[in-house]
Amino acid sequence: MNCDLWQDKFDAFVDMELSSAETRDFEEHLRGCPACSAEALARQRLKSQTRLAGQRFEPSAEFERRIIPSSAPKRAGWRWMPALVAAAAALLLVLGGLSWRQRTVERQLVSQLVDQHVASMASVNPVDVVSTDAHTVKPWFQGKVPFSVDIPDLHDTQFTLLGGRIEYFQQSPAAQLIFAVRQHRISVFIFREVGETAALGEQTAPIRKAGFQTQSWTEDGIRYFAISDVNAQDVRQLCDLLKRRS
Amino acid sequence: MGFIPAWGEQNKVRRTGIKTIQSVFWKMKGECRVLSGDRGASFEELATPLLRPLYNFARWLTRDTHEAEDLVQEAFARALKGFSGFQPGTNFRAWMFRIVRNTFLSSRSNVAIHVSVEEEGGEDLLPPDPYTPESILMKAGLQQRIQAAIERLPLAYREALLLCDVEEMRYQEIAALIGVPVGTVMSRISRARKLLRGMLAEDGLRIES
Repeated sequence: MNCDLWQDKFDAFVDMELSSAETRDFEEHLRGCPACSAEALARQRLKSQTRLAGQRFEPSAEFERRIIPSSAPKRAGWRWMPALVAAAAALLLVLGGLSWRQRTVERQLVSQLVDQHVASMASVNPVDVVSTDAHTVKPWFQGKVPFSVDIPDLHDTQFTLLGGRIEYFQQSPAAQLIFAVRQHRISVFIFREVGETAALGEQTAPIRKAGFQTQSWTEDGIRYFAISDVNAQDVRQLCDLLKRRS
Repeated sequence: MGFIPAWGEQNKVRRTGIKTIQSVFWKMKGECRVLSGDRGASFEELATPLLRPLYNFARWLTRDTHEAEDLVQEAFARALKGFSGFQPGTNFRAWMFRIVRNTFLSSRSNVAIHVSVEEEGGEDLLPPDPYTPESILMKAGLQQRIQAAIERLPLAYREALLLCDVEEMRYQEIAALIGVPVGTVMSRISRARKLLRGMLAEDGLRIES
């Protein structure tokens, strides 16, 4: 019995991917080899069980109707209804497609910003300009980013400015401010709003994304994105300070 | 966005003399329908029977009902948009599956679909099973156990196995769809089954002849 010869062929055999000559030879071998024959049957059985198990999910009737309106219940005498329903469904499809793309873009942007935040937290030198003084940090950004970086007055707040750094985001320079609150850090990315970054949306309160609290908004074409592992209230408070700054 | 209207109740096949227009809205007696130029069948005729298998595949990829719905919806929109570029006579089913897959991949930049160890013949590590509580497995029959096992397969193996066993595609077809050599498809399917049998054996189940 030259079973070794066939060890790699079982899958191709049950998938009927062997050439006719190979199939003939293999079958001949199987007739004379109970072990391989049993193995081939076991594989065949696994394949058919997988086929059954794999046909597991059915779209909901509601979803099917959304994609294929003709499967919706019909109403006699409303001859214009199919067209109307169809037009609405087509619109839904377009909007649905758009919102899916929007969410996809948003997810990608958020994951880039999360990565940058995490990378800077892990870095030995998390900031390029080390200063708790807004009057040092603000001028440092001049000429490095195409907008002015205003820093809120943090007197009598629980926040401390640690400094700032330049990041590149969507092929443009972005300012990253790093604040401390207790043992936590909050990054605020500031960059020019360009087309796609609009997908980040406008939030008045933090939302949880990728395990972080994030809040994003725009002001005069400049996008702000705050991210931290601290609680939502603290993120929101800092964002409110940023929005109120003079 | 034309294919929806053609799914009207009186969806007779309308072959048209308009050769150059691939797909147009045709308004007549309050009805809209898509004319599909001189290709054999319209998008909706081809795509309707595929909704269920495509949804099933999308659901296996995403592991989530809502994500699967969004994915299929987006894929249908993309397919409709690209239908004029579809070559009549080529494999429409594989084309649709490829769109679902590509849409899925483009939605997740971090999806690891390529298994780097496989070509080197390294051992495959399975992720822990976060989806099936042990209590369910205890009661489950063979089908449920296989389903739980498929769910745990790395994505690259899962999709190859599903396309082969459920969709009954040829290796060649799968290779073209995924964009890898036939040999890679073979090894992925083979490893998927090996892992599957390993997991079933862990469950104390053996698929025997």
